[in-house]
Amino acid sequence: MADQEEGIGISIRKLYKIFGSDPAAYVDLVKQGMTKTELNEKHNHVLGLKDINIEMPGGAIQVVMGLSGSGKSTLIRHINRLIDPTAGEVIVGDDDVVKMNEKELREFRRHKTAMVFQKFALLPHRTVMENTVYGLELQGVPRKKQEEEAQRWITRVGLEGFEDNYPNQLSGGMQQRVGLARALTNDAPILLMDEAFSALDPLIRMDMQSVLLDLQKEIRKTIVFITHDLDEALRLGERIAILRDGEVVQQGTKQEIVLKPADEYISNFVREVNRGRVITVDMVMNPVEGEPSGPKIKTGAVLETAAKKMTEQSVSQAVVIDENGMPIGALDIQDVISAMVTPVDHTMVDDEAA
Amino acid sequence: MDWLVEFPAMSRSSLTAIKKTIDLGFRDFTRAYGDAFETALSPVKWFMFWMEDLLTDSPWILVLLAITAIAYVASRSVKIAASVAVILLLVGYFGMWEDTMSTIAMTVVATLLAIVVGIPIGILMARSDRIQAIFNPILDVMQTMPSFVYLVPVIMLLGIGRVPGLIAVMVYAIPPIIRLTNLGIRLVDKDVLEAADAFGSSSWQRLKNVQMPLALPTIMAGVNQTIMMALAMVVVAAMIGVPGLGLGILRSINNQYFTLGMFNGLAIVGIAIIFDRVSQAYGKRLQKHLEVVHG
Repeated sequence: MADQEEGIGISIRKLYKIFGSDPAAYVDLVKQGMTKTELNEKHNHVLGLKDINIEMPGGAIQVVMGLSGSGKSTLIRHINRLIDPTAGEVIVGDDDVVKMNEKELREFRRHKTAMVFQKFALLPHRTVMENTVYGLELQGVPRKKQEEEAQRWITRVGLEGFEDNYPNQLSGGMQQRVGLARALTNDAPILLMDEAFSALDPLIRMDMQSVLLDLQKEIRKTIVFITHDLDEALRLGERIAILRDGEVVQQGTKQEIVLKPADEYISNFVREVNRGRVITVDMVMNPVEGEPSGPKIKTGAVLETAAKKMTEQSVSQAVVIDENGMPIGALDIQDVISAMVTPVDHTMVDDEAA
Repeated sequence: MDWLVEFPAMSRSSLTAIKKTIDLGFRDFTRAYGDAFETALSPVKWFMFWMEDLLTDSPWILVLLAITAIAYVASRSVKIAASVAVILLLVGYFGMWEDTMSTIAMTVVATLLAIVVGIPIGILMARSDRIQAIFNPILDVMQTMPSFVYLVPVIMLLGIGRVPGLIAVMVYAIPPIIRLTNLGIRLVDKDVLEAADAFGSSSWQRLKNVQMPLALPTIMAGVNQTIMMALAMVVVAAMIGVPGLGLGILRSINNQYFTLGMFNGLAIVGIAIIFDRVSQAYGKRLQKHLEVVHG
């Protein structure tokens, strides 16, 4: 199970969602450029999502970030069609979720996706064990197999000994571990996490993020993670899409987001980020000239690591090497430090580019 | 200027014509379908008699022990079980054992019938706003209609006796269970329902695994009210020949037997206490998982 094929990719194409009594009537107007405010004032319909195009590669964590009202929770609910789109496609693997009939959709939800919710959404009348087996129970797996599988994940998320407790007897962090165990027991290739850790205390949130990253190393599922917290997004996400007012304002790797924020909205976001822990040496290194000197730093290392190594050895030059130990770039301490401290301003980035 | 002094009602003859038309229509309906109804109700009739025979013909000590045991199993409280035994002993000592047993049998059967019919209606109401809009006014009328009125159509359709009485009691007592089933299901946490959907529940699995268990405490409150209303109506149904404690009360009204009336009345209070305490304790026990909160 852990070593299954590469994972199922998700691709969302030209997705629109309009809330109101007759959404289909207004899709064309929105496609022609009617704004959210105009639609609301003139036609009393709310534009939830507008022309969303995201390619999520299989087996990776895709973070969708946005503030409340940005449409991120609406977006994740389109992937297992808890919400029906007004227009567009949601391709999971080879199937278009939007075209499925009720039975196909049910089978898809049972076998292909599992979801973790912000408010846990555990069944209060069932024990931890009974909650955890829920997905397998719906799939019709024999009871004994259900419990073996559930037990494995309960232990894995650190809830051993609490199998017979009711959710109300557990703390928030523990309840969300049950939520996570329930989703993992389902053994679906896609894991949807809707602000899964937002309701938890900061320390417990960090803890759960570590649990998730550790798990992901072995399970390699396609994870879609919704959050409003940029630090969380940068910590978890290999790829990040930023949503605002129902539109994707920028998507890319976390370095791209931090180094080249697409507009003021995002640069405001990334201003407070600890850049030394996000930007990698690859982004600031110069081409190798002549015989490189200084300590060797692996490709993919973050600036903080590089700066620490260089200052410890009191040198101002370092070499970036690839997996095979071959030098691929030269590093100057000036560049490293300035990349770490420069506040990002999207206009400034544009100027530099120009 | 007569219409200022006297209300301008429709003429006596047209009023009589209306009443006559409806009455004749209903009479024809009764003649045509009365037998069919009686046949359809024969399993209910059989169950009713079986229950009454079981309670009245079995040795009293066994019945007493059985009822006390049921009370204990449902409430898990020695105090409640003991009060049940004391009440039954008192009722028996004052010579009302058989009447009390008939009343209990009638109440139990009517309540079970109300649950079997009422819960599905409540579920339907919870599923569709339109069905709810249809049923709500009907339930409003049913709950405000004076209890005696229920006896009239039943007598015409089925005559007098236990079964018509049972139907009148059931119909009178059914609104709370319908209403509270509907309410209970509608109050189920939307987030939990969404989770059930996200894992691929069919609508039956949703009902069975999530909606019914979470609505159960509310439904139990409905059952409790239905029992209380059934008990009240069983007394009124004595007027159409339902035996039991109600008959004693009816006789004491007709003959001004003060003590007989008081005894029977108190016996009914006793039964009401038994039913109420036991069903409430059971309902409370069902939501135990909600009480233990993480500190």
